[in-house]
Amino acid sequence: MATLAPPVPDAGRDPSPAAPTAHRRRRGGRRAGKPGPVTYTLLTLTTLVSIFPLYWTLVAGSHTNAEIAATPPPFLPNASLFDNFKLALEQAPIGKAILNSILVSGAITVGTVLFCTLAGFAFAKLAFRGKGVLLALVIGTMMVPTQLSVIPLFMMIAELQWVNQLQAVILPTLVSAFGVFFMRQYLISSLPNELLEAGRVDGASTFRIFWSIVVPVARPAMAVLAMLTFLTAWNEFFWPLIALTTANPTVQVALAGLGSGYVPQQSVIMAGTLLGTLPVLVVFTILGKQIVGGIMQGAVKG
Amino acid sequence: MTIASQSPRDALIAAPTVVSQLDPDRPPAARRRTKLTRNNWGYAYVAPFFLVFGAFSLYPFLYTAWVSLHRTSLSNIDGGTWVGLENYRNLLQSEFFWNAARNTLTIGILSTVPQLCMALGLAHLLNYKLRGRTFFRTAMLMPYATSIAAATLVFAQLFGRDYGLINTMLEAVGLERIDWESGTWTSQFAIAVIVTWRWTGYNALIYLAAMQSIPGELYEAAEIDGASRWKQFLHVTIPSLRPTILFTVVVSTIGAVQLFGEPLLFAGNGTTSGGSSGQYQTLGLLMYQQGWSNFHIGQAATTAWAMFMIILVIVGVNAVIGRLRARADR
Repeated sequence: MATLAPPVPDAGRDPSPAAPTAHRRRRGGRRAGKPGPVTYTLLTLTTLVSIFPLYWTLVAGSHTNAEIAATPPPFLPNASLFDNFKLALEQAPIGKAILNSILVSGAITVGTVLFCTLAGFAFAKLAFRGKGVLLALVIGTMMVPTQLSVIPLFMMIAELQWVNQLQAVILPTLVSAFGVFFMRQYLISSLPNELLEAGRVDGASTFRIFWSIVVPVARPAMAVLAMLTFLTAWNEFFWPLIALTTANPTVQVALAGLGSGYVPQQSVIMAGTLLGTLPVLVVFTILGKQIVGGIMQGAVKG
Repeated sequence: MTIASQSPRDALIAAPTVVSQLDPDRPPAARRRTKLTRNNWGYAYVAPFFLVFGAFSLYPFLYTAWVSLHRTSLSNIDGGTWVGLENYRNLLQSEFFWNAARNTLTIGILSTVPQLCMALGLAHLLNYKLRGRTFFRTAMLMPYATSIAAATLVFAQLFGRDYGLINTMLEAVGLERIDWESGTWTSQFAIAVIVTWRWTGYNALIYLAAMQSIPGELYEAAEIDGASRWKQFLHVTIPSLRPTILFTVVVSTIGAVQLFGEPLLFAGNGTTSGGSSGQYQTLGLLMYQQGWSNFHIGQAATTAWAMFMIILVIVGVNAVIGRLRARADR
């Protein structure tokens, strides 16, 4: 998971909606000029292009090869979609895959948010020897490709006999360098030192300070990190493909199996693809606005 | 607008005021010193991260270098023989490596350049006072939420030779059907389309975030000088976005070097050769083929290191360009 944060100087970092100050109103984002019809046309076209392939899984999932190749092609789904769902579930263990993916992504999210908040807090607000070097190490490795670690990782899980077991895909992804950097940046600007001092004066232990002072302040950033991590973990492809088989797959491994196997009707592949994508599309429909906000604050690329 | 802007943080703004009122004479330097009291708690906080990180990222990263100096097979993982730089020599003499490197480069250019240009234009449009702003932004991020596997399977259908929608459309307007998968340029174009589709909206949002932090005064000044909208975009927006553009170029390039899932699933038969004549085999796919189809783990490790070197060179070149441009501006 190679991740980086963009050098966007406080972009979206402080869009506090309560008090739009004069300065903020004059920002580039809100400059004069109403968008014309051309703008709306272009944006609508882009929206169509963005959504069409997803809609097309519905259509292609409910028609046979011959029907889908007809001129003009069908543009509406129909009831055979449900038959194809059934066929897809027979071809690939998608039900099990969805459960596995929820488990894996959930565990990775909890671990990443917890460990990255702890480390991010230390890098933001605590002093200790070697801090600079350690932080440079974290940031430097953000550009190391996944390919560079899969071979020893595979040897490791083979040794531990973890091949095809979920911990093989959970453990290596349990932390993210991006997460540490993201939490550090957030805590530097939002956690006042005085608050920590007040806690210390009151005699609170370091861990008590973490739970009752740091975590409440960090919560909004933790939520953003959680959403982005879950999404990335759900879509993780390369390592799960190596560590798991279709006997105990995540959604992506099951889809890869479905797409690589011999399935004469493409509608079945499309129906399976839709099933495997549906959970994340539902989540995205509900939390889309927050995810957009999170990406504009700091970016992930998995 | 974002959840990060909700109340808990605002509620805390009062705290510093109280403290400084209690102790008005304390110089800021002293306050900084209290904060940086050295103790060992920091290690406890970073320990969980570095334990996992060390075991599953740092150690494998270094060990890959060690493996690349051995002849090791998947069936005989522990018993590799030391071969020095032989794997690297073989790699540089292998036509498969150069083929994959060339494909990675062309697909990389085909996907990264249009993607970032379109993202820039889109961000510009999204930066207007729009009705349905949230809707547009969210819709454009849908492809990012779609997994590589799902996106590739759908596009493989769309680009399919016999049943694909795109060929149906081509025929409907009187053009020839195209066998997208078997041609070199057509297959690489199709794969680049998948990548572009998944990442354009995401990059547009990154640019949008950066655009919103450009001070409005710059535009006002340009307007007073009589600069047109287009001139403003060229002479105010683009220069202000330069660090962000550089960042997205680096990130997209790193992604392009690692391209794997799209070429693996595009053929629809799960082979790792990247088409019947390797016409769209990328370095990522080659590495997977060497390791998990041919079981030559040592050779695969060498390819992985070659990929890392390429990334280092690209990042280095970008850093130099960034520095030179910054100096030229001064």
